[in-house]
Amino acid sequence: MERVVLAHPADLDGFRQAVRRLVARRIPPAAVQWEVEGEAGLPLGEPVPPAEAPALRVPRRFADLAEKVVCHADPSRFVLLHEALVRVQNERHLLDDRADPLVDRLEAMAKAVGRDLHKMRAFVRFRELEDDDGPHFIAFFEPAHHILRANAGFFVRRFASQRWTILTPRESAHWDGQVLHFGPGAARGEVPSEDALEPLWTTYFRAIFNPARLKPAAMRAEMPKKYWANLPEAAHIPALVAGAPARVARMLEAGRAATLARLAETARDCTLCPLHEAATQTVFGEGPADARLMLVGEQPGDQEDLQGRPFVGPAGQLLDRALRAAGIDRPQVYITNAVKHFKFMAIGKRRLHQSPDAREIETCRWWLEQELELVRPAVVVMLGASAGRALLGRAVVVARERGRPLSLSGGRRGLLTVHPSYLLRIEPGPRAETEYARFVRDLELARRLTEAA
Amino acid sequence: MPAVGRTLNLREKLAILADAAKYDASCASSGTIRRHSGDGRGLGSTEGMGICHAYTPDGRCISLLKILLTNFCILDCAYCINRRSSSVRRARFTVDEVVRLTLGFYRRNYIEGLFLSSGIIRSPDYTMEQLIQVARTLREVHHFRGYIHLKTIPDAAPELVAQAGRWADRLSINVELPTAEGLARLAPEKDGQRIERAMADLDGRIRESREARRRFRNAPTFAPAGQSTQMIVGADAADDRTILARADALYRQHGLRRVYYSAYSPIPDAHPSLPPGAPPLVREHRLYQADWMLRFYGFARSELEAIMPDGLLPLDVDPKTAWAPAHRQLFPVDVNRAPRELLLRVPGIGPKVAGRILAVRRHRTLRWADLARLVASPRAVRPWVATPDWRPTALLDRESLRALVVKPRQGDLFAPPAA
Repeated sequence: MERVVLAHPADLDGFRQAVRRLVARRIPPAAVQWEVEGEAGLPLGEPVPPAEAPALRVPRRFADLAEKVVCHADPSRFVLLHEALVRVQNERHLLDDRADPLVDRLEAMAKAVGRDLHKMRAFVRFRELEDDDGPHFIAFFEPAHHILRANAGFFVRRFASQRWTILTPRESAHWDGQVLHFGPGAARGEVPSEDALEPLWTTYFRAIFNPARLKPAAMRAEMPKKYWANLPEAAHIPALVAGAPARVARMLEAGRAATLARLAETARDCTLCPLHEAATQTVFGEGPADARLMLVGEQPGDQEDLQGRPFVGPAGQLLDRALRAAGIDRPQVYITNAVKHFKFMAIGKRRLHQSPDAREIETCRWWLEQELELVRPAVVVMLGASAGRALLGRAVVVARERGRPLSLSGGRRGLLTVHPSYLLRIEPGPRAETEYARFVRDLELARRLTEAA
Repeated sequence: MPAVGRTLNLREKLAILADAAKYDASCASSGTIRRHSGDGRGLGSTEGMGICHAYTPDGRCISLLKILLTNFCILDCAYCINRRSSSVRRARFTVDEVVRLTLGFYRRNYIEGLFLSSGIIRSPDYTMEQLIQVARTLREVHHFRGYIHLKTIPDAAPELVAQAGRWADRLSINVELPTAEGLARLAPEKDGQRIERAMADLDGRIRESREARRRFRNAPTFAPAGQSTQMIVGADAADDRTILARADALYRQHGLRRVYYSAYSPIPDAHPSLPPGAPPLVREHRLYQADWMLRFYGFARSELEAIMPDGLLPLDVDPKTAWAPAHRQLFPVDVNRAPRELLLRVPGIGPKVAGRILAVRRHRTLRWADLARLVASPRAVRPWVATPDWRPTALLDRESLRALVVKPRQGDLFAPPAA
């Protein structure tokens, strides 16, 4: 058994000299014990005595491969390289043959080391420590392979003008601005616990993230969790991921609300039908842009026309009472009308309500449909026949179709019931009470449908 | 300029001006000349390959500090979060603040450099001057050797563009929308032809400087990492055919290094003319794949058009797998004889694997087990290739091929629990 002792785990020079001698002396790879100084090993044989290395075929490709592979954590790295060098003596093109299992394995090891080198360049995070000699930048990193020495040159070229130290569990590298030297390993706790700029960095990390395109798997493929412990920004990842859907929903909701407000603004100048001529103003819908329940009435009445808001007159007050009885919170509901202008006949000083005709309802659907499109309610309650016509696109008889779920376009549920002003027209008495109770029951059904949707 | 109620601190400004910059997809820091600070005077290095220093949960990398100098803007482009009429919070960095942030982040190894853009304030020239001042201060005062990407304002004066290219590694002008109609509708104040002229001008300067440096090693550089641009996908009605045709023209005419495709992402306070939701992110991915096929796989645009009869790339399979079944006569490809161009037509074989196949077969014949070691997914390659010991017996129909390549959707560990 031959025994080779290398100075450190990625001792390329030591390996190169030893392997040349071993191949020249035709010692089979299986008969060599590779050891690293300071690591436990069984004293099996005598160290190979230094000797002149004879001429040997060492292709450039082998040298490149060995440079990476000696950094690999796999203890068999030296044996495998030795085997490859033995075979290369007879198989000139061996290393071009990626399909050879030995070459494939060495290439895969080289690739793993290359990735580790790259990830270290990416994920080292320095913290600044101020001492008597000025700023000193210190980092802790946990490489998967023995790459600290191979990578130190990169950090020297990049940060030649600043003092820095990179600690790893096995070894550490120190640059004082002039000389690079290596020392013993260290623990994470030896890095300063804070850095003045780190809060700005995590602010940047959070702000540059786009919650509308969540792809955490893609992130983890490139920044695996094993690196997170030494990345100050990684602590924010779970919260960013968890909060993303709500942020997007709020953003879209804010967008919809703004659009709805602009729509109402535009509707103020509506002249699509002649009703605008006599009416005081357009009465547009009201309520949250993300309401799950929408109520559609017929048209504004006298009070609504003057105030510019839907359901604020006597019928509105009755509606408020019925909504409360049905357990519905009016501020959560979007309330609008099939027709947005008050249609009336003037008799003296009084303005008598007149029902809109089919053509007026059809014309005004231009607005109602945009309201539906923006608010996207799950359930729409049609108050009276005009609302029914506007949403179902046909004449309806309320008494025949009220109180049961109907399907509307866009997968919405609809529910037809009476208009509250119908209830106002009934003489007080038992019948009025029965009718009011039926109305409340219909609204309760609407609430249950909304909750179930 | 509108007044800001109270002075924002640096952290608040950074939050606003990074948020404002995140809709620009580009973050590349590769392909520039080699520099280092081994002389002990400067800071930073560039060694060819870019480095992604972090990844955010949207799967995008952070290579550069990507910020706007200011998000105040005199333009009103509908797709842009920073448009004049948007209610977004506004902020403005001083030149010195950007310089300090860049150096501080760089020293801690957070970034490869700076990607600086800006809303247009006062005038295009004034805005460009501010951007240049940041880059010049970094290079001249602090000897910063890291990467700098500057957004170029199309209407800026030629001498300003010349200066920008002197300090920056990369310059970019976004075409934003793939068609003139889209631009006219969503960004009426932007002039498509001016953008084209500015890109042509950059291309001329980049070539000139490269030529000069071939002859004189110390000739000044001009944007050695070239120019790039971005197109927004899904904000207007442009289909994939139109987008790829535009990209192809940009690569040919203006020597672009990269065309970025950015799936339209809903923005806060969106303009009503924009769609309320985002297009599927996979559409963006398919466009990149098709872009790669045009540039690195030797596909002609007409070949790609054949797989998008309705103008759109299929979303369920990659464009190469969609193309292959329609060209059965070419398959199976004999991996021991086929030229490189034909190997590149096999789904699952890219330029790297094709190179390995060529290297091996110079010395011996590849068997199936050999090939299986060379490719990333033997299963994907199997129906399309032949080796002495493997030949697909029945040519699969398109549906079963899809079943072979379409991955079953996996649940996402990070997804919030279902309500």
